[in-house]
Amino acid sequence: MSLMTWIDERFPATKVWNEHLAQYYAPKNFNFWYFFGSLAMLVLVNQIVTGVGLAMLYKPSATEAFASVEYIMRDVDYGWLLRYLHSTGASAFFVVVYLHMFRALIYGSYRKPRELLWIIGVMIYLAMMATAFFGYLLPWGQMSYWGAQVIVNLFAAFPFGIGEPLSIWIRGDYVISDATLNRFFALHFLLPFVLAALVFIHIVALHKVGSNNPDGIEIKKVKDENGIPKDGIPFHPYYTVKDTVGLGVFLIFFLGIVFFAPDFGGLFLEPPNFEPANPLKTPEHIAPVWYFTPFYAMLRAVPPMFGSQFPGVLVMFGAIIVLFFLPWLDRSPVKSIRYKGGIFKAAIAIFAVTFVVLAWLGLQPSTPTYTLLAQIFTAVYFAFFLLMPFYSRIDKTKPEPERVTA
Amino acid sequence: MKRLLVTLALALAPLTGMAAGGPAVELQEANIDLNNHAAIQRGAKYVANYCMGCHSTQYVRYKQMMEVGLSEDDIEENLMFTDDAKVGDLMTIAMPNKDATNWFGAAPPDLTLTARIKHGGADWIYSFLKSFYTDSSRPLGVNNTVFQNVGMPHVLWELQGVQDPIYRYEVHQDGDTIASFGTEAEAEAYLEQQPDGEYRLERVVERLELVQPGSLTPAEYDQVARDIATYLTYISEPVKLERQRMGIWVMLFLVVFTVLAYLMKKEWWKDVH
Repeated sequence: MSLMTWIDERFPATKVWNEHLAQYYAPKNFNFWYFFGSLAMLVLVNQIVTGVGLAMLYKPSATEAFASVEYIMRDVDYGWLLRYLHSTGASAFFVVVYLHMFRALIYGSYRKPRELLWIIGVMIYLAMMATAFFGYLLPWGQMSYWGAQVIVNLFAAFPFGIGEPLSIWIRGDYVISDATLNRFFALHFLLPFVLAALVFIHIVALHKVGSNNPDGIEIKKVKDENGIPKDGIPFHPYYTVKDTVGLGVFLIFFLGIVFFAPDFGGLFLEPPNFEPANPLKTPEHIAPVWYFTPFYAMLRAVPPMFGSQFPGVLVMFGAIIVLFFLPWLDRSPVKSIRYKGGIFKAAIAIFAVTFVVLAWLGLQPSTPTYTLLAQIFTAVYFAFFLLMPFYSRIDKTKPEPERVTA
Repeated sequence: MKRLLVTLALALAPLTGMAAGGPAVELQEANIDLNNHAAIQRGAKYVANYCMGCHSTQYVRYKQMMEVGLSEDDIEENLMFTDDAKVGDLMTIAMPNKDATNWFGAAPPDLTLTARIKHGGADWIYSFLKSFYTDSSRPLGVNNTVFQNVGMPHVLWELQGVQDPIYRYEVHQDGDTIASFGTEAEAEAYLEQQPDGEYRLERVVERLELVQPGSLTPAEYDQVARDIATYLTYISEPVKLERQRMGIWVMLFLVVFTVLAYLMKKEWWKDVH
């Protein structure tokens, strides 16, 4: 009796291997856009591994946090590498996830039967944002401090008299303080486990329905005599070797930044964050890290109403919540952009530009012109989703092929 | 009635609301070279002698300077001025923050990361050190074109000498500069001739003039400023050059790895049509 048989009688090792890798049939026509799912998992692993290392050396205390980061950067062997891998990894995580989400958008990967897959994905995105937000306070620099101050104050805008107590409950104090830092550290350590669990569920859901592909057609509809999709190939070894190439290219960019431009021109590590947090000195311009700025721009675009910032907060959270409804907003008879008509193609192009412009606006100080632009693009952002039931229905689509194309 | 609104603003950089890193001032290029260990060593000496009475560099240890060629004895003799300090210690200072705040209005900031905080890095430090000028309206008698209303004295004045500002008087209308004069009287006279409207008269430091030479020539002083900028850039991230050297090997490895992975992928995918 072989060792493998012994194990398989007690744990379905071979079965799991086959079902999810060696005999999991993925469409053979994956293109460039299909690298980012596996890369997102890689970056998550990088964040967890480097994060645990950093947590062993970091001190979550208002008096020691900043110095402990510099201690890691200077006195710990390869501490600088650990820290840059983690800080660059945070931005890289959002880059690959934004590209992964855009892929879903253009090929209709959120459509039936993948609604739950998409919803779990949006939950992953939310968990990522929460993790990144808590983590950004930890270096205890000026931007960490004032960025957290601004975001936590959003909760204070909540009406019915619960805003203020809510924000104090979150901070554990009346301002961002040692108590806040300590609990944010705990949450920053906890959330990656939630993230890992959600990723697991995301993959379980994916393997139940099977991967979509650039043609947006179901390969399970055309099977051979053995019940294997004719346009499917086993994930392993075909996509494991292909993803290895993607991994190499990704690492050239990622480690290129880590070793040659870890600040990334002030976008990944902001210059004011090299100054220790000072509750008495408000920076002249507070901007969150780039991956939050589209939503920050939307927040600032909404003027206070009835003396409250709450409408802006609603708009900001609404911009993310609307993603949950995407599977039911798209009424097109086809999934992929390849067979959708001009209206939908134009809408996606405009949406992509809108997202980038909002991200840029969120980094700028607010001026009347920028605020007006942010208002216009916020409206476009929501129009893309809310008008989708109409324009996706009247859009002139092309017929889908029976089998996948190259 | 002639409606003429004139405000005299003492502005050095007529730009407001710039992005993080402070208002944009034209900086002079420091042209530092982090491979120049002699410059880093000289910069360390100047900072220890002129700056560290008030400014700490508390995230870096004295022994860091052994990486740029100083021996333990060199460090003890030239950089450490307290008897009980050890070369493994962090470069802290004795002045308590509370006293400093009383004396200067704000505690002098730690200098370890100045090169990473300030927009322009080494260029900012270099320009700052060269841009002190006499200004009797300030408590310490000096101001700085790079750091407006700076709270510190010009500690290097003995070396550089004393600089006086040469002002220019600019007339602004709707955000545009419509005229510029060497004296305030000329500007006032010009405004008298103008039609009705809103004008703003702004005093701008055009350049600085050395009115009392210091112990160094201007070129020698530039070198001091450059050495300090080099040193402060070095300590802001001592590992920078090593990081880049290592990065080249990492890139070479990754290129080879990716090429091999690509060839392997091509081989595996031969039979997929």
